[in-house]
Amino acid sequence: MSRPRLIKESSAPLPLDRELLVRIHDLMVKTRVLEERLIQMYKQGHGYFWIGGPGEEAFNVPLGLLMKKGQGPEYDYLHAHYRQSGTLLALGEEPIGALRQMKNTASDPYSGGRNFAGHFSLRKYNVAPVSSPIEVQYSIAPGTAMMQKRVGGDAITIVTGGDAGTAEGDFATCLIWSSRPANPLPVLIIVTNNKWGISTSAEGQHGETRVSERGKAFNIRSKTINGNDPVEAYTELKEAMEYVRTERKPFLLEANVSRLYGHSSASGANYVSEEIDCLKQFETRLEADGVLTRQQMDELRNRYTEDMAAAARIARDEPLPAPETIWKHIFAEDK
Amino acid sequence: MANMAQAIRMALHYAEENLGVTDIFGEDVGAPLGGVFTCTQGLKTAWNSPLDERGIIGAAMGISLGGGRPVAEIQFCDYVYNTIDLLKLAGNTCWASNGDWNLPMVVRTPVGSGIRGSIYHSHSFDATMTHIPGWKVVMPSTPLDAYGLLISACKEQNPVMFLEPKALLRVKGDERIPGEPDDDRALSKMIDAPLGDRTQWKPQWPAELEAFAIPIGKGKMVREGTQLTVVSYGRTLPLCARAAATLADEGISVEVIDLRSLWPYDWEMIKTSVQKTGRVLFVNEDTEVTNFGEHLLRRTVEELFYSLLAPPRLVAGKFVPGIGLADTLEMASVPQQNDITDALRSLAGEQP
Repeated sequence: MSRPRLIKESSAPLPLDRELLVRIHDLMVKTRVLEERLIQMYKQGHGYFWIGGPGEEAFNVPLGLLMKKGQGPEYDYLHAHYRQSGTLLALGEEPIGALRQMKNTASDPYSGGRNFAGHFSLRKYNVAPVSSPIEVQYSIAPGTAMMQKRVGGDAITIVTGGDAGTAEGDFATCLIWSSRPANPLPVLIIVTNNKWGISTSAEGQHGETRVSERGKAFNIRSKTINGNDPVEAYTELKEAMEYVRTERKPFLLEANVSRLYGHSSASGANYVSEEIDCLKQFETRLEADGVLTRQQMDELRNRYTEDMAAAARIARDEPLPAPETIWKHIFAEDK
Repeated sequence: MANMAQAIRMALHYAEENLGVTDIFGEDVGAPLGGVFTCTQGLKTAWNSPLDERGIIGAAMGISLGGGRPVAEIQFCDYVYNTIDLLKLAGNTCWASNGDWNLPMVVRTPVGSGIRGSIYHSHSFDATMTHIPGWKVVMPSTPLDAYGLLISACKEQNPVMFLEPKALLRVKGDERIPGEPDDDRALSKMIDAPLGDRTQWKPQWPAELEAFAIPIGKGKMVREGTQLTVVSYGRTLPLCARAAATLADEGISVEVIDLRSLWPYDWEMIKTSVQKTGRVLFVNEDTEVTNFGEHLLRRTVEELFYSLLAPPRLVAGKFVPGIGLADTLEMASVPQQNDITDALRSLAGEQP
């Protein structure tokens, strides 16, 4: 058995170049501030429900940065879950879109006021519509990977969900369909493990030591990583993606993450101080390594807080979708 | 003339050659079997999937998100029920994304009774499927309609549920599919896989097949009449047509409409007919409570009330948990010839 990996000592140099570290940090702050603003909008009555991913930024931001971004099977597909604003911002989305979705305005770019916060859909970057039923995306992901394998190239399908959702049959579906000897598929199967399903602890429900070990039965290369460390997340995601891109085979990656504001607004959306805060931890390292100063990081956060407040004010005053629009887009018209 | 299974096969062949169909798949859909009802024998894009219905519907959704055009099969509709939330998701993908995404995909599944299939090979699916918005739903009763509707389904930008009345899959048609050879035996030799070893077998597809399309949403006037209207689809449609012929001998003139498309459906055709006859019977074999025929009945009452000469009626399957295997049980559970003929005769004679 290999020795468990120790948390790097603060004296160990950060292995990514400075520019990238600053970029990751910037996006992590932007994501956190966005999520905090979404929660605030909910609490002030500017939205009916909040669900999102504060606590998953260290994993979701590198994921978005590493995606091959574009439309169609020559580019990566993302079958996301509802905690991935960090990935969307890393893909280049403006946060006001998420705020508009929270306020369910007609201008909401992801669902036109039809769906909950965090339920992104973005065809121009192959982001499949996020749906509230957990895990269904794992049954859908093999399909996009089949098309990618057929067109050639190095594009991959990425599917993400939580640990609790792996109890659904769709997770087994994904493992089976991705590893069929008749047609192995380029799917990066990701589980972000926050050890919770709403109020239910994984300890009482899951007998497996690690979710990633379920890959072994299907000869799927698998790994569990510390998703609270953006450097480890970036490095491991890069390696796993390289494998899937070149081998055209699946990889199961389990990332241990935190759930910093509980499941959703249904559980109060209050800060959970017992969980590891990936942003705080990363900032301590950045400061210790001299990458950024405390003052620079505080200024950044203040700037984003102001930007986000201004964007929320814009979203708040925008009109809701007109009632008669319920009949729009039931069917796509022939193009 | 081709039977419905052969018609489906020829339409799928045409679609994979000419309409961009990329994947025809499901349980036992590929070689060597080519489908438990032979509908997918010899097709070049046909492949076998794991025995996982959620995986099948999910893969179809993924393939269409990825730019492909899948035709997935659920071996019997009795096994589609564990995919309901995926069907719902496929139906709302365009709407929920405010028109950003759409899913050009077809799901085919055999439905209904008529082969003594017992509790889990006799289900109908039209009532449940018409509860799921965002899908187009069709159900042919002849090989020609099966061909034409499947061609339309394979050209659609939206999910289409193609329900195959399994009792009619082996029934030969009365109308020629454009391009099929005149001789049935010649057609069979060309496109039916041989018994035994099939490893070297290749179908010889009729060269003249064409994109003969029946538009989704249009019914078919099977028989014109003046005194009463019967609206049906699938297995019960030929029974309704036979009942109309019997009643014609008794001097009762019945108009027979094959709905063919359940969503969208041809309300104009129903309306015109009912306004003419004043009497209407809806017939299908799904269980009668919250049945699709009940929707048609409700709309008839609400919109055509003052044209009616008698209460509109529904003949449908009994609301029992399954269709029992014994001949007596199946016959008692779903509409049979006499049930339909009697119901029409009674409706014709009904006076206020």
